[in-house]
Amino acid sequence: MFIIKCPYCGDRDHSEFSYGGEAHIVRPKQPTELSDDQWAEYLFMRKNIKGLQYERWNHAHGCRRWFNMGRDTSNDKIHSVYKMGEKPEK
Amino acid sequence: MKNKYSIFSLIKNSFSFHENWQRAWRDPKPKPSYDVVIIGGGGHGLATAYYLAKEHSLKNIAVVEKGWIGGGNTGRNTTIIRSNYLWDASAGLYDHALKIWENLSQELNYNVMFSQRGVMNLAHNLHDVRELKRRTHANRLNGIDCEWLTTKQVKEFCPIINCSANIRYPVMGSTLQRRAGTARHDAVAWGYARGADSMGVDIIQNCEVKGIKRKGDSVEGLETTQGFIKTSKIGVAASGHSSIIANMAGLKLPIESKPLQALVSEPIKPIINTVVMSNAVHAYVSQSDKGELVIGAGTDSYVSYTQKGTHEIVEGTLNAILELYPIFSRLRMLRQWGGVVDICPDASPIISKTSIKGLYFNCGWGTGGFKATPGSGHLFAHTIAKDEPHALNAAFNINRFVSGNLVDEHGAAAVAH
Repeated sequence: MFIIKCPYCGDRDHSEFSYGGEAHIVRPKQPTELSDDQWAEYLFMRKNIKGLQYERWNHAHGCRRWFNMGRDTSNDKIHSVYKMGEKPEK
Repeated sequence: MKNKYSIFSLIKNSFSFHENWQRAWRDPKPKPSYDVVIIGGGGHGLATAYYLAKEHSLKNIAVVEKGWIGGGNTGRNTTIIRSNYLWDASAGLYDHALKIWENLSQELNYNVMFSQRGVMNLAHNLHDVRELKRRTHANRLNGIDCEWLTTKQVKEFCPIINCSANIRYPVMGSTLQRRAGTARHDAVAWGYARGADSMGVDIIQNCEVKGIKRKGDSVEGLETTQGFIKTSKIGVAASGHSSIIANMAGLKLPIESKPLQALVSEPIKPIINTVVMSNAVHAYVSQSDKGELVIGAGTDSYVSYTQKGTHEIVEGTLNAILELYPIFSRLRMLRQWGGVVDICPDASPIISKTSIKGLYFNCGWGTGGFKATPGSGHLFAHTIAKDEPHALNAAFNINRFVSGNLVDEHGAAAVAH
């Protein structure tokens, strides 16, 4: 169980949020030109990192806004929270 | 050669206060090279090694395990075994496993405590009724035993279920697979380990894989915490950590690893004679031979390797359990734990070759891999030995995510993944 700091609302219990999967997967600009392999890569293949992972979350039971988060999946510690469209801190 | 376990060996060993039992398996150091190395000493990995040695006459096999055998998801599941899946490919796969379960104790000379006590899947609304009746018919067309029980028959078969029409999600019927049931999870790993070891398989514990060495498109060996091991064939049965192994070889998998929780109650006298599963309210319960209620909860929504889950998942499951079984309201829970499960987008497993020669993956079993252990090992051994899939696991290849031929068992299996 962990506390997530929503960039709009501040600290809230994680049960208010819903998980949106790996972040920074860009939708193909020209979908009609994609091969099956490229579609599979976009739709299904995931890094599934053990360690620091960048991911999307939605404050579903709060402000309902999407944002990004850097979290260590080996211990659930949150490293950073940043808005959509921003790049993670290095 | 292993001594055979029997009533006579039990009597003989009782005279020496059970202090002189032969070791069930050796504790070898890794050799410099093997023909096949299996990564992961859980049920699936050990079964794979067992069938490689037994049916494919391979002699030089190792299983490497980062912890101790059976210490991962093999020791963390709720031991439910069934084969009542909807799609033909899944029905073939899981019933293949169930048929092996039926003679496994005799084959391994190891009591895996397989108990065909039946598995019920409850229906709580009209949609459930239609879906589960459809699945009953599909199962029977595939030669799998399945019955439909009315609410009255549910009450007769498992009297402690609250079949009142006034509860929030009333029981409107159930499927019953009588051949389904449970087994002792540790015994499965230990039985396969003992069987594989007696045929010369090296089971190497406390040996974590740190890297996979490739030469072009082929594997050459693996770096481990106990040194380099040369091999031309690697079979990966690493469940929740499959993506990490894949990454070492430069591959990506369509898998996300999430915590799945289970819990057990204090032991009580026999009260539930079957396994009851309910998808709609998410409550699975059976009773172990020790008397504990074994309860399966759901997965958390996010990727995590922590082997623990969140409290609200447990709370949701227990709410459902209490509504279905008011008699458990004063029962205390003893233990709760989590396992890291590898979930595919279509909730079906991958037993497959990969784009790298000599690298095979057996993963993506998600929340329901235990039931398939013997079949999974048997088919994975075939795939590794012949370098091509068996007819029963051909549909479970990794290319289905490119071709689109998914085996979508999310709803079809009638369990929540």
